[in-house]
Parts: sequence; C-alpha cells; structure tokens
Amino acid sequence: MTTATAGDSKTYVSTTAGSTNGSIPDGSTTDGSIPTVATSDGKPTLLSVENVTLSFGGVKAIEDISFDILEGEIRAIIGPNGAGKTSMLNVINGFYHPQQGTITFRGKPRRRMRPYEAAASGIARTFQNVALFKGMSTLDNVMSGRSLKMHRGLFWQMLHVGPARREEIEHRQRVEEIIDFLEIAHIRKQPVGKLPYGLQKRVELGRAMAMEPDLLLLDEPMAGMNLEEKEDMSRYIIGLNDEFRTTIALIEHDMGVVMDLADRVVVLDYGRKIGDGPPGEVQQSQQVIDAYLGVAR
Amino acid sequence: MLAIVIEWLNTLFVAPFVDMFSLPDFLLQVLWEGFVSGVLYALIALGFVLIFKASGVFNFAQGIMVVFAALVLVSLHAMGMPAWVALALTVGVMGIFALVVERVVLRKLVNQPDAILLMATIGLTLVVKGAGQLFFGGEPKSMITEELGLPTGSSDWEVFDGIVIFQHIDIAAAVIAILMVASLGVFFSKTRIGRALRAVADDHQAALSVGISLNQIWAIVWFAAGIVALVTGIMWGARSDVSFALEIIALKALAVLILGGFTSIPGAIVGGLLVGISEKLFEVYWGPIFGGGVEAWFAYVLALVFLLFRPQGLFGERIIERV
Repeated sequence: MTTATAGDSKTYVSTTAGSTNGSIPDGSTTDGSIPTVATSDGKPTLLSVENVTLSFGGVKAIEDISFDILEGEIRAIIGPNGAGKTSMLNVINGFYHPQQGTITFRGKPRRRMRPYEAAASGIARTFQNVALFKGMSTLDNVMSGRSLKMHRGLFWQMLHVGPARREEIEHRQRVEEIIDFLEIAHIRKQPVGKLPYGLQKRVELGRAMAMEPDLLLLDEPMAGMNLEEKEDMSRYIIGLNDEFRTTIALIEHDMGVVMDLADRVVVLDYGRKIGDGPPGEVQQSQQVIDAYLGVAR
Repeated sequence: MLAIVIEWLNTLFVAPFVDMFSLPDFLLQVLWEGFVSGVLYALIALGFVLIFKASGVFNFAQGIMVVFAALVLVSLHAMGMPAWVALALTVGVMGIFALVVERVVLRKLVNQPDAILLMATIGLTLVVKGAGQLFFGGEPKSMITEELGLPTGSSDWEVFDGIVIFQHIDIAAAVIAILMVASLGVFFSKTRIGRALRAVADDHQAALSVGISLNQIWAIVWFAAGIVALVTGIMWGARSDVSFALEIIALKALAVLILGGFTSIPGAIVGGLLVGISEKLFEVYWGPIFGGGVEAWFAYVLALVFLLFRPQGLFGERIIERV
C-alpha cells in the first residue's frame, strides 16, 4: 500500500514541451502541478453509472455502485486489488453486462452494449496486460485504431486505388502525428511483441488515441514503469486531456500520480464505493485510509 | 553380407541421383511438374490459412468449396451464359456462401471449442457435397478453359540434348497463383480491412475494443477463401476434370499446412512447393524401390517427420510458454 501525505510537493508533471503543439494550461502554478477542479463547475456529465451490480455466479464483483464522469475531467478509480476496478471498466466498455443498473453515456442509457458498439460511440480503452496486436508493427497497431474512421468499402479496398488509397494516406498522416507526440517514432516499424513493456503501454495509448475517443479508459497505464517513464506517461495523459479535451478515466495504484493528475477520484473496496470526490478530500477520508491508503509513519 | 548392404545403400542413396543427372532434361521436366502441382497445393493451403488465421477455425470444407465453385461456374456457362458473366456470377455466389456460413454456422458457435467448429465444417462439407450432387449431378464435367481465355497447347524447350515440355495452362496457373498471392499480400499490409483481418487473427478482444466487427471480418475472410477456392477449382479443373474427386486433393493440403505452418501465407506457398516437388521427385526416382504409388503417401510421411521435429511448421508461430 502506498502512502501519500498532504502537501506533497513532488510532481510527475513536466509542462515543458514534448507535445508537438502543446500549450501550457491556463491557471497552472509555477511549479507545474495541475490544479484540481471542483466538482460542480458547470461541466456536463459524460458518463453516469447508476446502481450497477455485477456478479459472477455467487461472487459480487460490483455491488450497487453509482458515480459519474464529467466531460473533460480526469477521473481516477482507485482501490485495493480485487475491488472491482477493472470489472467496472469492462462494464463501461461493454465486455461485461451488469445484472442490474444502467450506464448512461451522453444522456443515452444503455446496458447491454457490445465492445465494438462502445468503441463506435466514442469509448476507447487500454488494458492492464497490454492487449496489442503482437505480430503487427507499432505503426499498424496505431493505424488499426483508425478502423472506425475509415469508411471505404471492400470493393475499393480490393482495388487499392483512388478513394481507398487517399483515405489511407490521410489517416496515416494523423497517425504519424500521434506517433510523434508519444515519441515512439523510432520504433514505428518494429513488431510490438518485441518491445519492452513500457513502450508497449505507450503504443497501446497511441492506438486508443487514434480512435479520437470522447472517453478514454486507462487500466493501470503506469504499471511497471520507473519514475521517468511515469513522468512521460503523465505528460501524455495531461496533453490528451488539455489539447484534445478527452475525458479520461484511469485506474492507478500510484497515489502520487493520482493526486497530481486526477480532478476527482472514486474509491472502490470489495465491489463497493467508499469514496468519491477531489483527491485531497478522498485522501483524508478515514474509510479510505483504513481500506487502502494507510497512514504515513 | 557386406555386399548386400552396399548394394542396398547404393540403390537408396546413389542410384537415384545418378538417374537424375544422367537425363537432365527429364529431371527438369519432373521438377516442373512438381512445381506446378506444388503451386496448386499451395493455393488450396492458402484457403485454409486465410480462415484459420482470422478465426482459428480449421475449415474442413475448403476442398469441397473448390469443387463447388468450379461446378457453379461450369453449370452457369452450360445454361448459356458467356464465360466471363458466369465467372462474375460465381464470385457473387461465393460471396453469398460466405455470408450464409457466417450467419448460420459461425455466429451461433462463437465461443465453442475449436473441435466443435471443426465438426461444423465437416457437416458443412457434407451439406455442400449433397447439394452439389443434387443440383449438378455426379458425373465429371470439363472446365471451360478456352472460354475463359486460358491458354491451351504446349511449348517445347530444347535443353541438355533433350526436350522439356511446358503446358501453357500450367504456366498460366503458376502466373495466376503468384499474382493472387502478391495481391493478397498487398491487401493485408496496406488496407484497412487487411489490417483488421490481421488484428482479428492476433487478438479478438483487442480487435473488438478498437471497433472491428468480428462478424464482418469473418464473412470477408470466408469470401476471400471462396475466391481462392474458385481460382483453384478453375486451375485444377483445367488440368483434369471437374469432379468430386478433387476434394481428396484438399487432404494433401493438410500436409502442406503442417510443413508451412497453419497461420502463414508464405508458409503455405513454400510448403506447397516443397510437397509438390519432393513428392514428384520421390515418385519418379525412388518409386521403383517401393513398387510405385509413392505419390499417394509421401506427403504425409514428410508431414509426420515435421511433426516430430518442427511441429509449428517452417513459418508457423513458435509456441513459447512465458513463465
């Protein structure tokens, strides 16, 4: 269990460039930490989870959980292992269908959505164990994220001239921008199965970015990374949120990262919600401290 | 005693090679024949690989699809349609076939174990076979080679004091097969659907989360395999007749797949050529030792050897267990 003390001035954010057309967000403090946003500042709700219960046989993975994700915010989901965090993402993504409750996305309620329908409606996802297409190159993996945006049918694709070709080139340009942004240009042609874990996670982020999603679900994007890699990853996530206005929900165990990146936090424990609010507030909650955070010694 | 052993070693390891090089023009002829049948084996194996790569299903019905496609083509032409119209319509029929199979067979059995899907394709074979015999009759038919514009006749090449004879249809078959493989290669690497096919072959879950529809991809893959079956049917049918015996040849493709790897397109080509050429060579030069009839079993023995020493095939994926 990690501990985090209030007023921790360590930041994982470097606002100096890295992003190709990045700009420093307004209102940033001089040491570069990201200001937290209050819950009700007029942002519309993008996704709302209402009374969702998910069971596998007799085991209740998620029990009657409700929370919302506002448009444009970074929402962290934290909790001990087995709390139901990944299951929650799977429910939002359509891989699991809850027995009870509804998910409302952009005002439209849906319960039994399939994963590719979720993708089509603007939800992208990375996985805890990196679900990349291991046999394909970095470039091909990120290009596969553009699938939904490319519309030329089988006939033109078979001929590979004219319309299909132009579409391919257009999207390739966009993908190259993403590759530059994530600084993975040097491994563009390498099969991703051979890449080190940290780089694989970055490629997976690139593929999700290529979908230009409204909601991006990140499952432990920093797992297994050292400090420098975490700083890079945080920089990309913030860039995504600032520049492209992508709403982000992320599962993360590193409390320092959560404190710095997240606007609001949801805390889960044994399938129930035990905390919901800005990071500073959640950090102080006794229930959360008992279940997960622990105290500084 | 020693004399007998030496005699035996000579027959097995020396005499055949002496035979080979004493009549080099004949050797070339044998190599060419082997190459051509190798190309055709490769085409059938290609159909298997396409479907296996994308959906993990071993399509037992690939052989009967070859026969079916050829029969449809020939019958449409016999009803009075010009050859090229019949060809276009047959392509359409294979498309419908793919859609029906995806809808009726694959979609219902999505999460079943591989053995169940294999059984389903065996069932599909029987259905297509029965329907084929019902609609087209059981007698062999001849392929409409000339009407399709495929060349007939042969050319001679004088070399090594002798002649090697090349049938034009064989040359055409080789060229068409190469073009087909090349265009499939471009399709897979450069187009969205090709990429989606590779993605589905790699990781279903990830493909779904990127928005690729598995059902659509499977229908496309079966359609591609159907087109490959059609081309194979035309080529095989042009060299012999169009009959249900063609289906047996598909079993040889199994040996090709074991050699080349079940998931590799280059593997299907290399495996096909290897099987075709070595089978012919063995039949001609070692055949007499075994009393002839070697061609029927050599491919399978070769496959057995590969299974012992390199089960994933030449180009297949090595199964590495990460601990």
